[in-house]
Amino acid sequence: MKRKLLNIAIAAALIPAAGNVMAQAKAVKLSDNMVKIGVLTDMSGVYSDLGGQGSVTAAQMAVEDYIAQAKPKFKIEVVYADHQNKADVGSNKVREWYDTQGVDMVTDVLNSGVAIAVAKVTQEKNRIMINTGAASTRLTNEDCTPNTVHYVYDTYALANGPGKAVTKAGGDTWFFLTADYAFGASLEKDTSDAVKANGGKVLGSVRHPLNASDFSSFLLQAQASKAKVVGLANAGGDTVNSIKAANEFGLTKSQRLVGLLTTIVDIHALGLPTTQGMMFTEGFYWNLNDETRAWSRKFFTKHKKMPSMLHAGTYSAVTTYLKAVQAAGTDDAATVMKKMRDTPVSDFFAKNGKLREDGRMVHDMYLVEVKKPAESKEPWDYYHIKAVIPGNDAYQPMALSRCPLVKK
Amino acid sequence: MTEIFGIPIQALMGQLMLGLVSGSFYAMLSLGLAVIFGMLNIINFAHGALYMMGAFLAWMGLEYLGIGYWPSLALAPLAVGVFGVVIERSMLQWLYKLDHLYGLLLTFGLALVIEGLFTNMYGVSGQPYTIPEELSGAFNLGFMFLPKYRAWVIVASLAVCFLTWFVIEKTRLGAYLRAATENPKLTQAFGINVPLMVMLTYGFGAALAGFAGVLAAPAIQVSSLMGSNLIIVVFAVVVIGGMGSILGSILTGLGLGVIEGLTKVFYPEASSTVVFIIMAIVLMIRPAGLFGKEK
Repeated sequence: MKRKLLNIAIAAALIPAAGNVMAQAKAVKLSDNMVKIGVLTDMSGVYSDLGGQGSVTAAQMAVEDYIAQAKPKFKIEVVYADHQNKADVGSNKVREWYDTQGVDMVTDVLNSGVAIAVAKVTQEKNRIMINTGAASTRLTNEDCTPNTVHYVYDTYALANGPGKAVTKAGGDTWFFLTADYAFGASLEKDTSDAVKANGGKVLGSVRHPLNASDFSSFLLQAQASKAKVVGLANAGGDTVNSIKAANEFGLTKSQRLVGLLTTIVDIHALGLPTTQGMMFTEGFYWNLNDETRAWSRKFFTKHKKMPSMLHAGTYSAVTTYLKAVQAAGTDDAATVMKKMRDTPVSDFFAKNGKLREDGRMVHDMYLVEVKKPAESKEPWDYYHIKAVIPGNDAYQPMALSRCPLVKK
Repeated sequence: MTEIFGIPIQALMGQLMLGLVSGSFYAMLSLGLAVIFGMLNIINFAHGALYMMGAFLAWMGLEYLGIGYWPSLALAPLAVGVFGVVIERSMLQWLYKLDHLYGLLLTFGLALVIEGLFTNMYGVSGQPYTIPEELSGAFNLGFMFLPKYRAWVIVASLAVCFLTWFVIEKTRLGAYLRAATENPKLTQAFGINVPLMVMLTYGFGAALAGFAGVLAAPAIQVSSLMGSNLIIVVFAVVVIGGMGSILGSILTGLGLGVIEGLTKVFYPEASSTVVFIIMAIVLMIRPAGLFGKEK
């Protein structure tokens, strides 16, 4: 019996390994004439709609477009892997990519836990991580490295936008529904700071377990607090189910829901009738202008869904990286990083984006409000842009940086 | 206002009510598990996936075929039940004579496959299912604002639980079933088709999971992961109630829902662990579970 179980366990362990062998067979040779980009993401778990296959598609599109436009002399290849939201799986995969497959840059890397682990391996092997997926500000503070770029958003930017704007607009008492782990706590703290700095008051918070199946009880507590604003310091399925229950219990009639990590993926999953009137910060919206629409529609034909900010950011990040390699004439990490710092990012995703010393790519963010169903003119037409938050206001000022690389 | 441990009594009543709602789901799911375990000796790890299938079938019926909530409430469990019968005939029936572990591994594998298929087709963010017209809105109970839909969940699940209990414990069919569990060979010798009963039992257990899924669809997001988020707690409920005990699983399901609800008020961080703490204590004091019989 035990022996059988052992066999099964061994077989289970070998399945991913077989996948590796196949991936290796594709290209083993690393030459100076080859740039290899690894997309490390969650392919099937809770965040796979946010990043996942969409990020892989975006990276492939970026490479195709770059080859068509710049006709580079070097070969470019995209590889991808599923980190299953496990830091050890992620860092092992990346180590293998660096050691045996000549990967030069990894991107997406959503899930802050995985991202921090991958940042360490990337520094050790002296390659580059352009993170377009993770939220934690630790990547550009305590855990910053000369090899990390944090490209799309972070908890500071997410918290700051609504914290400031909603409080100033009269929503001066807050109650938080917080996912009970590091990410939720940091989101709650960052938002509380912004609320207090703008003259608001935090009346309380309730910590719920990750992947809670029922939120009604927590929402009743939020309702009882009589706070004008209920901040959702959670993500993914937890956010979706909190919003759903908030509607059912009539919370949205008297209180305003503010998502602190809500994206177009969540709004699409819930539909406008349930989400109308919600406010939150996004790093990208497909329906901003002609440029964003053009790219997003192209993405849509391939992925059958409009891009999240992670998808758009991954495209932009890969393009930025390839341009820097071309301009630097090398794939040496330090040289390419310097080139990226010197050259502002200007594309459909970011205008005049600037890569700071701490690794933060500073670009404008958008405070959005979800439209009423009647206001939406077409599928995926979901947001009113309430404010464009200039990059320098959106992100943590350098003066507050806890990154050892920053000279003060 | 009167307070208990610093919590206004009205808030407490509200939380008790909500606890009863989540308890209803626990009761229905653990009931299905208990029936299957009692009759087939199979630890059905696919139960969460079957629950998810029920919800998805309801959503698909509405989305693609325009079948509303009420017909779905009958059709989706029926479809899940038929699916259960197919699984039982094609795979499970070969495992009865073997160790429990084989059934567990097979059903666990099935759960992964089913969930993987739905994730692949529909992603993980899930699909919205709106509350039927007749049940939207809420009752004002004075101490709380109870959405009509949640009240309906309690009523429907209690009705289903009672019916199941009644059929198994009080009818001739139930007597055959119990006899077939106790001594299949002897029962068969009396001319009762035991394999047929076993097949129908698994189908019925699966249908119960599907029914719970349809009930859950309007209340939470219909997503491929909804089953795996719930199933572990439901297993704990079954263990606490006593493996295979019908009444035990119903009462424990409701009771633990209420206890969990109260934990969400007094110490929310522990709300996902409290069930397991209780399980550990129960196992120490009564290893066969609260309502189980030691064999």
